[in-house]
Amino acid sequence: MLKAVNDTIGGTPIGTAAESDRVFVRSRQQALRRALRAVLQVVNYAGLLVLVLVFAMPFAWMLSTSLKTLPETMIFPPEWIPSNPVWQNFADAWNTGPFLSYFVNSVVIAVGILVLQMLTIIPASYAFARYKFKGSGFLFGIVMVTLMIPGQLIFLPVYLELSAFKLLNTHLGLILPFASSAFGIFLLRQAFMQISDELLEAARLDQAAEWKIILQIMVPMVKPVLVTFALFSFIAHWNDYFWPLVMTTNETARTLPLGIAKIREVEGVATWNTLMAGNLILVAPILLVFFLSQRQIIKAFVYNGVK
Amino acid sequence: MTLWTKLRPYGMVAPAIIVFSLFFIYPIFYMIYLSMFDWNFVSPTKTFVGLQNFRDLLAEEDFRKVLSNTTIYTVLTVTLTTGLALLLALWLNKKSLFHGFVQGAIFSPHIISLVSISLLWSWLMDPEYGLLNWVIGLAGFDKLQWLSHPSTALVSLVMVAVWKGLGYNALVFIAGLQSIPADIYEAASLDRSKPWTTFTKLILPMLSPTIFFLVIINMIGSFQVFETIAIMTQGGPINSTNTLVYYIYEYGFRFFKIGYASAAGVILLVIVGILTIIYFKLLSNRVHYR
Repeated sequence: MLKAVNDTIGGTPIGTAAESDRVFVRSRQQALRRALRAVLQVVNYAGLLVLVLVFAMPFAWMLSTSLKTLPETMIFPPEWIPSNPVWQNFADAWNTGPFLSYFVNSVVIAVGILVLQMLTIIPASYAFARYKFKGSGFLFGIVMVTLMIPGQLIFLPVYLELSAFKLLNTHLGLILPFASSAFGIFLLRQAFMQISDELLEAARLDQAAEWKIILQIMVPMVKPVLVTFALFSFIAHWNDYFWPLVMTTNETARTLPLGIAKIREVEGVATWNTLMAGNLILVAPILLVFFLSQRQIIKAFVYNGVK
Repeated sequence: MTLWTKLRPYGMVAPAIIVFSLFFIYPIFYMIYLSMFDWNFVSPTKTFVGLQNFRDLLAEEDFRKVLSNTTIYTVLTVTLTTGLALLLALWLNKKSLFHGFVQGAIFSPHIISLVSISLLWSWLMDPEYGLLNWVIGLAGFDKLQWLSHPSTALVSLVMVAVWKGLGYNALVFIAGLQSIPADIYEAASLDRSKPWTTFTKLILPMLSPTIFFLVIINMIGSFQVFETIAIMTQGGPINSTNTLVYYIYEYGFRFFKIGYASAAGVILLVIVGILTIIYFKLLSNRVHYR
C-alpha cells in the first residue's frame, strides 16, 4: 500500500519544460520521493510501536502492580519496575482461598472435557464425512443448530436439568454439557472429507477392519486439525468463568477463574496488588503457551473465521 | 450389506447427538415451556400464566432499559471492532517477523480469560489510582469516572470489548485478504487503479463474506455479554450497564423468578435466532463476489 501511495505522489505530469529542466525536476522528484518514503516508513513503524504498546502496556501494568506494596500502587508517576519486588503478593493471592483445589478442578475439567470431546467428535465427524445413511441430514442439522446456539443462552434450563440429575457442584456436571463439540465435528468433518478415496479403497482391498482403517490411517491424516481443535477447546474451557459460576453453589468444583474473581470480594478493600498477582497466576500459563506456539494458536482461533 | 454396517454410522454419531440433545436441544424447549409459568424454583407447583411473563417483561421500565443497553452496547462494539479491525488488517497485512510480532501482540487478549481482562481493566479504570486517568491527565484532560458514572460506564465496557476483540477480528480479516488471489491485485495495479478504487471496488467486495461473518459473530457475542458486567459493574451504576444475560442471571439466581427469567431468555433466543437466519440467508444468496 505504501508503494501505491508513493507512486501516485510521484506520478504527477511534468509538463513541457526543457530537457535539462526535466532531468533536474525528475531527480528532485526522486529525492523528494525517497525522503517521503523514509518519513512514511518512520511514521509506519512509530505507529506499529504505539499499537504494540496499547496491547502490551496493560499486561506490563498487571505485572508491575503485582510486585508492589499497596501504598506503592497509588504513587504517580508510577515506578514501572518496583525497586523492592514484593513476591509475597503471590502467596497472599494463593492463600485467599482453596487455590490448590481451584487449580486441580480447572485441570480436571478442561482435560476431562477435551478427552470426552475427542472420543465423541472423531467417530461422529467420520460418519458424517464418509458414510451415507438415512437421516444423516437431520442429525447433522442438530449439530448445526448446536453450533449456532450460544450456551450462555440456555444456562437456566441446563442448571435445572443438572440439579435434577444431582450434578451441581460436581466435576461431571461441569464436563458433561461439553462432552461433545459441534464446532469440533464441523471442523473435523471438513478434514475427513478432503482425504482422497484411493487411499481408503486400497486399505479396504487389503480386507483391513474398518475401525483399524479409521484409527490407523484416517485419524493420523487429520492430526493437524485435531491439535488445532484441542488447543482451542482447552484454552476456552480453562478460561471459562460463566459455566462454573452458574453451575456451582460451593467451592468443591470451582475453578481458577472463579477463585481469582473472588479475591476482590474477600478483601472488601480493593487490594490491587494481590488481585493482580492472582490474575498473573491465571494468565501466565496461557501467555506462555501462546508465545511458544503462537502460530498454531492463532490458526486454531482464526480458522473458524475463514472456512 | 450386513446389519452391522447399516447401523455403524448411527452408533458413531450417537454419543455426540445424545450430548447435544440433552444439553442444547431439550433445554431450548424446556426454556420455552418454563417461560409460560410462574415458578420460584423451590415450590413444587408451577402455575401456568400463558404469555403474562412476556407482557410483564415488555411493560417493565427496567427491562426496556436492559434491552436498550444491550442494543447500544452491541451496535457500538460491533461497528468499532469490525471497522477498526479492517483498517488494522490493511495496515498489518505483511509477512515479516516484526509484523508477525505485532499481530501476536494485538491477538493476545483474545486467549486471555475474561475474568483477567475484567479485573485488569477495573484496575486500569480506577477513578482514583487508575493508570488511564494518569495518562489522560498527562495529556491535559480531566479525570474520568469510567465505570463509576452512569454516563461513561457502558462506553467503558465497549472499550474493553473492542480491546479484547480487535486482534482476533484483524487476523480474520488478514486471513481473508490473503485468500484473495495475488493476480487480482496485480491486474489492478497494471490498470493503474487508484488505491481507494482498488479498496472499494475490489478488496471490499471480495472481503464481504468475512465482513458478514465477523459482524454476525460479534453481534451474537455482544448480545450475550456477561463476564465483564458481572465483574466490573454488576449492572450498575443505576442500571446503566445491565444487559440481557446479566438480567436473566439475576432474575434466575438472585430473585428465583424462573418463569420470568426464562421469558427473557426466549426473547434473547429469538434475537440470536433472527441474526443467525439473516447470516445464512446472506451467505446462501451470495451477495458477495458481485
